[in-house]
Amino acid sequence: MPKITYIEHSGKEHVIDVPAGMSVMEGAVKNAIPGIDADCGGACACATCHVYVDEAWAGKTGTPSGMEQSMLDFASEVEPSSRLSCQIKVTVELDGLVVRMPKSQH
Amino acid sequence: MSGAIGRVLIIGAGQAGGEVAQRLRANGFEGDITLCGDEPIPPYQRPPLSKKYLSGELPLDRLFLRPAETYEAEHIRTFFGRRAVWIDRTAKRVRFEGAHELPYDALVIATGTRPRPLPAPGADLPGVHVLRTAADVDAIRPRFVPGAKMVVIGAGYIGLEAAAVARQTGLDVTVLEAAPRPLARVTSPEVAGFFLDAHTAAGVRFMLSAQAAVIKGETGVRAVGLADGSEIEADLVIVGIGVIPETGLAEKAGLTVQNGIVVDGQGRTDDPSIFAIGDCASRPLAAVGGRMARLESVHNAIEGAKIVAAAITGKPAPTEEVPWFWSDQYDLKLQIAGLFQGYDRVILRGDPKDRAFAAFYMQGDRLIAVDAVNRPAEYLGGKALIQKGASPDPAKLADPTVPMKALLTA
Ligand SMILES: Cc1cc2nc3c(=O)[nH]c(=O)nc-3n(C[C@H](O)[C@H](O)[C@H](O)COP(=O)(O)OP(=O)(O)OC[C@H]3O[C@@H](n4cnc5c(N)ncnc54)[C@H](O)[C@@H]3O)c2cc1C
Ligand code: FES
Repeated sequence: MPKITYIEHSGKEHVIDVPAGMSVMEGAVKNAIPGIDADCGGACACATCHVYVDEAWAGKTGTPSGMEQSMLDFASEVEPSSRLSCQIKVTVELDGLVVRMPKSQH
Repeated sequence: MSGAIGRVLIIGAGQAGGEVAQRLRANGFEGDITLCGDEPIPPYQRPPLSKKYLSGELPLDRLFLRPAETYEAEHIRTFFGRRAVWIDRTAKRVRFEGAHELPYDALVIATGTRPRPLPAPGADLPGVHVLRTAADVDAIRPRFVPGAKMVVIGAGYIGLEAAAVARQTGLDVTVLEAAPRPLARVTSPEVAGFFLDAHTAAGVRFMLSAQAAVIKGETGVRAVGLADGSEIEADLVIVGIGVIPETGLAEKAGLTVQNGIVVDGQGRTDDPSIFAIGDCASRPLAAVGGRMARLESVHNAIEGAKIVAAAITGKPAPTEEVPWFWSDQYDLKLQIAGLFQGYDRVILRGDPKDRAFAAFYMQGDRLIAVDAVNRPAEYLGGKALIQKGASPDPAKLADPTVPMKALLTA
């Protein structure tokens, strides 16, 4: 199962096995990792699942869709590496992925 | 207050009940938390029920707010499949079906709503369903097959989402609506007209200003009979004519109920030990001038949970958000912010023909709500403007070449 490292804003790391097919957001929520709110449950409607994808992985996670990019434009503390974690689907290629969380989702 | 509370009892294990249990622990509450609900499963998200759960894309375990084990890990006692029947405010105890009783220091009522039953003979025939719970969708499934004839009674968001999934699955779909247009209670004629056209183009038949008078059939539904005597053949009927807030327990306990259990800005009822949140509660909305409203949305369930968890643990109250909601139909993502009731002018940005546009609702010179179809920037930009109480320039709102960000900094 792909392993994903979630790093809280405080620096605390969580290494989690996330089944392929789930989203990066679900991996966090199902394991009660703080820092990703995901109010809409993955419907791309809340922008409270914002993460930063480590540069080395940007090629494999792909680029955000137009819908996702527009949502991100209104998130706080956006960076070029920002993504909505509900829109990143976990695959075997993402084994080892590292994502960091922003200070706040609101 | 936090010092005095040892035991929190939550009735109703839906989105609001599940969230408040979690948030109490996240706020450092160390007392007993007991989460009780009459559904046999842990709290789950309802929005996918009429979307990706109905289509089969998401299995039930992906709908759970948290995996079942996490409740135990966080020392949240759960008690599923049991209905609360009585609140004894003097003894501070709640009685459940089967004579079981539980005590509380603080009680949170999060009982949601129940579907309004169809007032027509034959409404109890097999094949006539409502769509509120995972069990409802599971019951719909055997008849939800390509080629089947489905009649949706009531053109609200849930009914239209089910119609969209049904068309994508290959069912024959007719939508019956008593009002002259779909979505009559929840959006403007402009946006309703757009969704009417989108569904019609996808092959949905609409019968507007039409009333279902009788459900016909012997061992199962065969047809829906209309008030004018005509009939529509049906293998499956989905009734989506609104909901009734589950306020019975509160009423019997003598709490004030006016279209929902009335609570203050901290989620408290007239009994300081009893709170109410989610679909069953009517609360003052700080983000829209403090007006009282009973909302039916995920945002409202989560916000109510945050407010009450803060009140019980003595933490600062969260900043309230402008109400928001969404609906997915075909390739159309509708995102809504604010409350449109009371608007006197609607401003369109973009052309509905492009399947991407926004409708801004103004009251005087203030922006009060936005409906955005495949236009996330208009949704989030509009939401931020409403939150600020802004009066954006209508000409700029109407002009798609003016970025929403520019309106925000104006
Ligand atoms: C099909 C569908 C689609 C939706 N789509 C969206 C959407 O896209 N976006 C959005 O924002 N919102 C949507 N909603 C609304 C959203 O799901 C609700 O607003 C939210 O679930 C409300 O949470 P709640 O906890 O107040 O109520 P619920 O989630 O309904 O939970 C209440 C629980 O209490 C239980 N209960 C009731 N009485 C008792 C009792 N006496 N004893 C014990 N248990 C009891 C009920 O059985 C239920 O399990 C949708 C709802 C449905 C049904
Ligand atoms: S969970 Fe809401 S946008 Fe990702």
